[in-house]
Amino acid sequence: MAAHEVSEGFDVIIAGGGLAGLSAAYTLASGGLEVLLLERGDYCGAKNVTGGRIYVSPVRELFPELWKQAPLERFIAHEEVSLMAQERSITIRYDGSELNEQPYQSYSVLRSKLDRWLARQAERKGAMLVTRSRVDDVILENGRVRGVRAGGEELRASVVLACDGVLSFVAQKAGLRKAYEAGNYALGIKEVIELDRQVIEDRFNLEGDEGAARLFMGDVTAGKFGGGFLYTNKDSLSLGIVVGIDALGNEEPDVAAPDLLDRFKQRPEIARLIRGGETVEYSAHVIPEGGLKAMGALYGDGILVAGDAAGLAMNIGVTVRGMEYAMASGYYAAQAVMNAYQKGDFSSTTLSEYRRLLEGSFVLSDFQNFRESLSVLENPRFFQYYPELVGNILKDLYHVPAGPKEKLYPTIRKHLGIKELGALFKDYRRLKKI
Amino acid sequence: MSQVMGLKAKLGLNVFKEGGEFHIKIREGKAKDQRLKKAILVCPAGLYSENPDGEVTISVDGCLECGTCLIACGPEVLEWRYPDGGTGVQFRFG
Repeated sequence: MAAHEVSEGFDVIIAGGGLAGLSAAYTLASGGLEVLLLERGDYCGAKNVTGGRIYVSPVRELFPELWKQAPLERFIAHEEVSLMAQERSITIRYDGSELNEQPYQSYSVLRSKLDRWLARQAERKGAMLVTRSRVDDVILENGRVRGVRAGGEELRASVVLACDGVLSFVAQKAGLRKAYEAGNYALGIKEVIELDRQVIEDRFNLEGDEGAARLFMGDVTAGKFGGGFLYTNKDSLSLGIVVGIDALGNEEPDVAAPDLLDRFKQRPEIARLIRGGETVEYSAHVIPEGGLKAMGALYGDGILVAGDAAGLAMNIGVTVRGMEYAMASGYYAAQAVMNAYQKGDFSSTTLSEYRRLLEGSFVLSDFQNFRESLSVLENPRFFQYYPELVGNILKDLYHVPAGPKEKLYPTIRKHLGIKELGALFKDYRRLKKI
Repeated sequence: MSQVMGLKAKLGLNVFKEGGEFHIKIREGKAKDQRLKKAILVCPAGLYSENPDGEVTISVDGCLECGTCLIACGPEVLEWRYPDGGTGVQFRFG
């Protein structure tokens, strides 16, 4: 092995034992580096929340040994999306043989189980994990990160990985972050609702380990940017909403976040799905949705940033993703660190390879391709106007009155005047950006 | 049993570990700051409220540590850090 730049301390200190930090720890320890991971929770996963689904396909090859044993819940074989108007809803359901073929594309998941398990795998590879330990600061010397301060101790390392989640105080203290802007973040709120396995399978038409994913948009967030979700786990449901923090704090109508979730649960479409279930946990988490524009620096002298800390999550409508980006960025950060280790140089010039690795992978390719998605999807018409419009058209199409029924074309045109068609066309053109 | 479960009862389902000092504080002289009013709406645990004097107050018990208040209101009005290691909410499902 090449000479260390710093002989004292660890090769790598990782702040945060979520999926980014653990993926990095696992990869680095597999490569023989001396890794210390600090996690502020009682165990890895204690502070983490997911809506409920991980897409395994993009990261399957990066961790070939992991997926057979990983404690995932159900593979998603049935997808539904609903437009919710105030008094009615329209649902599209997608089933396909491709969703039922191995290897499965995505799974429902609970973080406390997954992260705790991944922590054990990283430890098995030789990483040192210390829980109940909050990183308070970084050690900066002449602009270069030399380690961290945690629990009153100075811990030194050749390089630090900031994997401390969406607020990333570690990246902030290293001067790598942009200021928080409410428009770049969404709040997710979730209940885990326990329900008998058999009831779940009967209610959602599932065979064996099949799972269902349901998304809802429109009235569920009172017309604000966001949506509702429901994922089936083995013997529980993950039910929640995601709503833009800017919309929640600044847009009419004023609705308190917890009330949005309660209103959602009381919708008849939802109430019957969760009937008889028992809520066992109530959680919340912030999601970075600002994409490339909101991203701070991914590396500096002696430091790399990965996962939510780097802003690596994305909302593109029917797929909302983050965990795969966290795992992949942890993996590529580890690769960049191992190359820097060979050279004995942890300067930002050497560590910039991290960004090139991400650009060559699905991670920054996706962020490049979908860089306009937030601005396109934030269109309030998607959350207020269209759900009501489509609901009203269907209501009239399906309606059989006491007297004669109106012809179909005028029924539809009644809802779609020249002005509406013009606006529709404009929205359609904007969609081409994603 | 279709009654809505109160927020307090929901928070009561979570595992919390006490410890240390309050990790979120309203900065001195900012209790009436307009920016702080947003916290009342955005906090998923309903920890913020406004008293009759028009001051926003916070009760940190039950905090889910999401950071939404910090992002909505800004670090100029809120002093925000994570609770000490091994304290605060410990999600069993997540």
